[in-house]
Amino acid sequence: MSRQNSARADGKKVSSELFTLTYGALVSQLVKDFENDDAVNKKLYDMGYNIGVRLIEDLIAKGNVQRCHDLRETADVIAKLGFKMFLGVTPIVSKWSPGGDEFSLMLDNNPLTEFVELPSGHDKLCYSNILCGVLKGALEMVQMDVEVHFVQDVLHGDDTSEIRVKFIKKLEDAIPAGEE
Amino acid sequence: MVVFNIYIFNRDGTFLYYYEWNRRTNIDMPKFEEFKLLHGMLFSIKSFVTRLSPTDGKNSFLSYQTNKYKLHFYETPTGLKFVMNTDLTVGNIKPVLHDIYNKVYVEYIIKNPLAKLNEPIQSSLFSTKLDELVKSLPFF
Repeated sequence: MSRQNSARADGKKVSSELFTLTYGALVSQLVKDFENDDAVNKKLYDMGYNIGVRLIEDLIAKGNVQRCHDLRETADVIAKLGFKMFLGVTPIVSKWSPGGDEFSLMLDNNPLTEFVELPSGHDKLCYSNILCGVLKGALEMVQMDVEVHFVQDVLHGDDTSEIRVKFIKKLEDAIPAGEE
Repeated sequence: MVVFNIYIFNRDGTFLYYYEWNRRTNIDMPKFEEFKLLHGMLFSIKSFVTRLSPTDGKNSFLSYQTNKYKLHFYETPTGLKFVMNTDLTVGNIKPVLHDIYNKVYVEYIIKNPLAKLNEPIQSSLFSTKLDELVKSLPFF
């Protein structure tokens, strides 16, 4: 049963290079399979979503996280616990909107893009788009409807990678049939 | 000390898992109706407790007891609900229910890509592990 005890649970780390290269292979395969970058972005997002809805349970169980009461708290948990636990980096939370319903995660060193150089002709490819999907899926499971996208990406020549998260609405608990 | 049975529900009230170790009474009701009834009751108690709480009433429903048994309730932020019935001598078992979530549900359902979420649990590995964990409890 050693497989079941994930490396993290044992306090050991999986080589991040293995992870980065695996992800790279996935993206390059998708680029081959699909005709345009938008379709690849969409696929990565969908895959991320499916990962996110499961990953959130792991985060909550291992991190013993309580329910967050505002978006700032949520942003904190995402950056300091979520990213730290699964990617080993801590993005900086910044650029809050005046209404407090939008923020950015600034990733100085995105582990996914460590060995990547985008070939020309892929201007629209959002290489790490899987992260957006993961955030969307994970937050949906804790009843937050959000919109997540990359606004800056080092692969496209920006200084830093920036993920923008916008809170849309709180998803309400379903009332069982026949109640109230 | 005795553990009677366990129920697991998801956020929408779909029944995910049921197992009984020691249930001494037979209820004259189909199981699915019992699950629906129980979930409805839990939902009501939760909203009741939250509304009537004179202070901040979050996560305040932990258990109730009658003169025969005690029902323990644990809800994760993702809305999974773990319900365990024991006899009256058992104290606060929130850590135990969290363990079931952390060490059994997450490990053998969430991390098993073939196990569908939001459907009754079929995995026998899950059942075995849950059984092991519960039987190793000091109050089983």
